[in-house]
Amino acid sequence: MAKKILAILEQRDNRLKRTAFEASSLAVRLAGELNLEAEGIVIGNDVENISEAGKYGIKKVIHFKNNNLSNYSTSAYTKIISDYAKEKGADYLIFSGTALGKDLAPHVSVRINAGCLMDCVDVKISSGEVIATRPVYAGKALIDVKLKSAVKSIVIRPNVFKAELKDENAFSEIEVINIDNPDLSAKVTEIKKSEGKLDVAEADIIVSGGRGLRGPENFHLVEELADALGAAVGASRAVVDAGWRDHREQVGQTGKTVSPSLYVACGLSGAIQHLAGMSSSKYIVAINKDKEAPIFNVADYGIAGDVFEILPALTEEIKKIKS
Amino acid sequence: MKIAVCVSHVPDTATKIKVGTDQKTIDPSGVTYIVNPYDEFAIEEALKMKEKFGAGTEVIALSVGGDSNKETIRKALAMGVDSGILLKDENPRDSFGIAKALAEEIRNLACELVFCGKQSVDHDNSTVPQILAEFLNYSCISVVVSLKVDGNKVTAEREIEGGKEVVEAELPIVIGAQKGLNEPRYASLKGIMAAKKKTIEEKPAAPAEGLVEVMIMKKPAEKQPGRILGTDKSAVPELVRLLREEAKVI
Repeated sequence: MAKKILAILEQRDNRLKRTAFEASSLAVRLAGELNLEAEGIVIGNDVENISEAGKYGIKKVIHFKNNNLSNYSTSAYTKIISDYAKEKGADYLIFSGTALGKDLAPHVSVRINAGCLMDCVDVKISSGEVIATRPVYAGKALIDVKLKSAVKSIVIRPNVFKAELKDENAFSEIEVINIDNPDLSAKVTEIKKSEGKLDVAEADIIVSGGRGLRGPENFHLVEELADALGAAVGASRAVVDAGWRDHREQVGQTGKTVSPSLYVACGLSGAIQHLAGMSSSKYIVAINKDKEAPIFNVADYGIAGDVFEILPALTEEIKKIKS
Repeated sequence: MKIAVCVSHVPDTATKIKVGTDQKTIDPSGVTYIVNPYDEFAIEEALKMKEKFGAGTEVIALSVGGDSNKETIRKALAMGVDSGILLKDENPRDSFGIAKALAEEIRNLACELVFCGKQSVDHDNSTVPQILAEFLNYSCISVVVSLKVDGNKVTAEREIEGGKEVVEAELPIVIGAQKGLNEPRYASLKGIMAAKKKTIEEKPAAPAEGLVEVMIMKKPAEKQPGRILGTDKSAVPELVRLLREEAKVI
């Protein structure tokens, strides 16, 4: 029997996240290239759409089930995955680099004597070995790395790897394993959602604002454009440190490193820490009065004008084409 | 109670990064090093715990690395940490190697509460707190923005996509500090003077075999500067057209 590559499929609110399908696709691709058997792992209680992993080529998913496992528990999730990986002699584990995956992967890796590559943005095989590319110094440099351990964990940055549809009509076979006494020595007792907004770490489009907005009271201009685009709101370190915006919106070296398909930078100059965190975005738009601002060096399209004039006009134009 | 705070010595975030001649590490010339920004939240939280628990509580800063890491330990001492330990290894280590050295020492010290920054802004792995906790067989909560310790019970909020998780666990524990946990204090002049008298113990870091091999370091492809479409709102329709037809992102 072929050795296994396990894709850890994350659920939130009882549904697999999009990032679960990104992990599925990578596991399926590597399984093909390395002659392994790809299998999905889901931990949760009633999860609605597990079989959808089949569309991305995952033939079988193991669903570890218990009514205390809907929410994340570092201790329980770590034990379940590492016990299963050891029992089955899994060679590779693929995690998504979400808040959950980034917490979980290193714990599991220690238990199964695996090395762990975090935040990978590219994974390829060279002479039978997995080589991953990962940003360091918030993206100011990239390293190609490999693992010397026999078992390997690979954690992939959300939004970078494609979820590749293999067969629209395929479904995964699901094997349910009931967990009787999960180790809940660390457990999530409550989730406090921030007001219905998309998170920059997961968004496909981000609209960010900086000091050029002149005050927190003007950030509605950024929010309105973000709403029109279905985008997340981001912020520069300067405005977070000034207390205008919450830290969870900060993009850059001491905030989040992001790679959306479109990044719209409004009234921010592009400090080196900020550029490091967003220059790998696929397309970048800069709107800034100062045409010498460094943000224009990384922007694909720029308007060297006043955000107070341009943002409302842009929001209107986007609304027009979306209606 | 003894509280450990793990600190790392990293290039200033305003620094330009150049690849070194070995093509595996950065060129350190002209680079200013600072206390890892997330570690400042870890230090502050450790000091707040000391204030809360009162007499008999001791905060110890630990760092794994070369001699220059003493500057970072010294800054922690100036903020109010009681003593420091440098676990010496001039060669770079991966997260497993760093966590291994920290775990050996923390086990000897019997610290029940361990603070780390949630990640170091050099290799950005965000794994040391979790690996360290595994080696110590402690609980762990990473990316913490709020913390309460009451007897043995630990309640923390950790940042997740679109919100926060409230996590409950027990001591002993490793906490990965995230920005937002607190406002780190500045070292006072008195603190800086006092730090000069505090001891930094030096000992060799416990040996560890790294699991990660860096094959090559490179700079990301330079982006070609794009087009400035105009200076006022008359450029907006053209921008939208390009985003739809050329970039195809909206």
